[in-house]
Amino acid sequence: MTESRPLHSVVLVKQVPDTHNVTGDVMTKDGTMNRNALPAIFNPEDLNALEMALEIKERTGGTVTVITMGPPKAAAILRESLFRGADKVVLLTDRKFAGADTLATSYALMCAIRKIGEYDLVLAGRQAIDGDTAQVGPQTAEKLGIPQITYAEQIVELSSTQVTVQRALDSGSEIVRCTMPVLMTVVGSANTPRPASVRRQMERKLAATPNEYAAIRARWPEFETDEQLDSYLGDRGLRIPIWSAEDIGATEGNIGLAGSPTQVHKVNFVVLESTESKTITPDQEGIAAMIAELVREYIVG
Amino acid sequence: MTNEIAPTNAIWVFIEHTDGVIADVSLELTGKARELGDRLGREVVGLLCGHDVDALAADVIAHGADRVILADDPELALYRTLPYARVAIAEARKRRPEIFLIGGTPNGRDFAPRVASALRCGLTADCTDLQIGDYYVKKEDKTYKDLLYQIRPAFGGNLVATIVNPHTRPQMATVREGVMRKPAADANRKGVIEKIAVSLEPGDLALEVLSRQVRKSTVKLKDAAVVVAGGAGVDGSEEFALLRDLANLLGGEVGASRAAVDAGYIDRTHQVGQTGTTVRPRLYIAAGISGAIQHRAGMDQSSKIIAINTDPNAPMFQIAHYKIVGDVGEVLPLIIKTLRERSIEPGDGSAEAASEAGEA
Repeated sequence: MTESRPLHSVVLVKQVPDTHNVTGDVMTKDGTMNRNALPAIFNPEDLNALEMALEIKERTGGTVTVITMGPPKAAAILRESLFRGADKVVLLTDRKFAGADTLATSYALMCAIRKIGEYDLVLAGRQAIDGDTAQVGPQTAEKLGIPQITYAEQIVELSSTQVTVQRALDSGSEIVRCTMPVLMTVVGSANTPRPASVRRQMERKLAATPNEYAAIRARWPEFETDEQLDSYLGDRGLRIPIWSAEDIGATEGNIGLAGSPTQVHKVNFVVLESTESKTITPDQEGIAAMIAELVREYIVG
Repeated sequence: MTNEIAPTNAIWVFIEHTDGVIADVSLELTGKARELGDRLGREVVGLLCGHDVDALAADVIAHGADRVILADDPELALYRTLPYARVAIAEARKRRPEIFLIGGTPNGRDFAPRVASALRCGLTADCTDLQIGDYYVKKEDKTYKDLLYQIRPAFGGNLVATIVNPHTRPQMATVREGVMRKPAADANRKGVIEKIAVSLEPGDLALEVLSRQVRKSTVKLKDAAVVVAGGAGVDGSEEFALLRDLANLLGGEVGASRAAVDAGYIDRTHQVGQTGTTVRPRLYIAAGISGAIQHRAGMDQSSKIIAINTDPNAPMFQIAHYKIVGDVGEVLPLIIKTLRERSIEPGDGSAEAASEAGEA
């Protein structure tokens, strides 16, 4: 990797329900999902994006800023990011953001990135496991007016002005070179995300948004007032700022439900048509009878 | 039909191509667009960007398009987000299509959101069905007629959501390869090939493609007559090898659920389902696959389904023709053994010899 000036990265992350580990308790009897039964996790490919940003910082110097948009409890993945080595984190949270589809989400993220100011790279996971749309990255790039490299797997070369990247495509791969700033979406095969550092976990365990001060003070009564805790966290860079729609200068018509062109017309339970079916005993006789039938019906030749 | 600008409200399809060959998914979507176009009485338009790709335009028309907008420029020879999006955005602003369909390939999924963001319109990813229907908005007390129903499994559960975009155009959707059926080509179909001037801006060339390696896929899942697929209930790579044995025996392909792919048992090119390949084999064997909707969406049109699972309540059993409650590691060897015995039997006729061969 070529030497470069210090590069500043912004990483977009999302807290998602762990849909990959759906257990029996999650589906209710009427076929709906009990979301609360699913643990909330750091979207896996966003961890790959964070890892890529941290590796870039280790090579070139610079900073890594992590942004998430979500409910207040999404601060958990920002702490996770701090434990892994992020320099700064921001929580975008506001009731006005609720109901956003990918277009409204990308608009809010664009406003937040602009507020952060200087950046060379914006990194995000290719897609989030709760929707698998892979749309927010490219839409944010378009709104920022910068190029995009989706399906990024490896940084081949890095200079002060350009990045050369291998893209992993279904049908093969591609090496592209692009000027910065650029937004990249990172695939899961890009790297193995580092675990949280124990040292940072100790140092940064109190990192919190103002929403969480009461809970912290309940555990650490030595902080007698929110102000006292706030100034303690502020001095140590552990105050996780919350940005509202107003803070990022978002226009109301572009965020939340109002800014979302897609609407859900209806949601149907899938009624499985019960197929005429046979129960086969898992023994020699049962299997042989089944195969004989499949042969008779020319299903098996 | 004239050579003038295509009328507004047309149905567009993004035509993807590599090495002079149109992606199957683009032709499948051209077929679907034809169906929607006939239903709505609208023109079907293929948007073809490339260099020296005139020959491909005729192919798009043969598969159902009335018109091909052909943007030919050396800078468009290989897919790149910004030049392709520049052409699509400019043409869409000018011609205002009603619907815009894009294949759910990596580059299709790169292109579609960029364009949707610029046009500020709705986009639904990985639809498993597209229909036309009405939508009543209570707040406005107004019924929107003939919208595109973008139907896709909803987040995690056994739910299917119908998404609509009442207020913005075009109504954009991506669809994976194999979901729609490719129509037969009709070389006698008539259509207009409309070459347009391409004007790019310097910023559009920020990215250059240095090299591209195309791996010829050896996995022929989409057209396989038999698919033997494994899921989370398959215990490790060793048991997955049993699936391969069985697939070989049946002249089929190995498929997998997302869980098996994520577990690293098998390459993603084998994934069946909404975000993988859609298959319609004569026989689908689901080994240790519980049957989440995202998976079923990719295989529920199989002629015969055998489900093997230790959990008698697995949803897969509800669509299976043959239910086997049991462990994959025990059931698969039984099936393999039975098939091997059968393949010896006809030449010999002796049950004894067959059973010995089976033991071997």
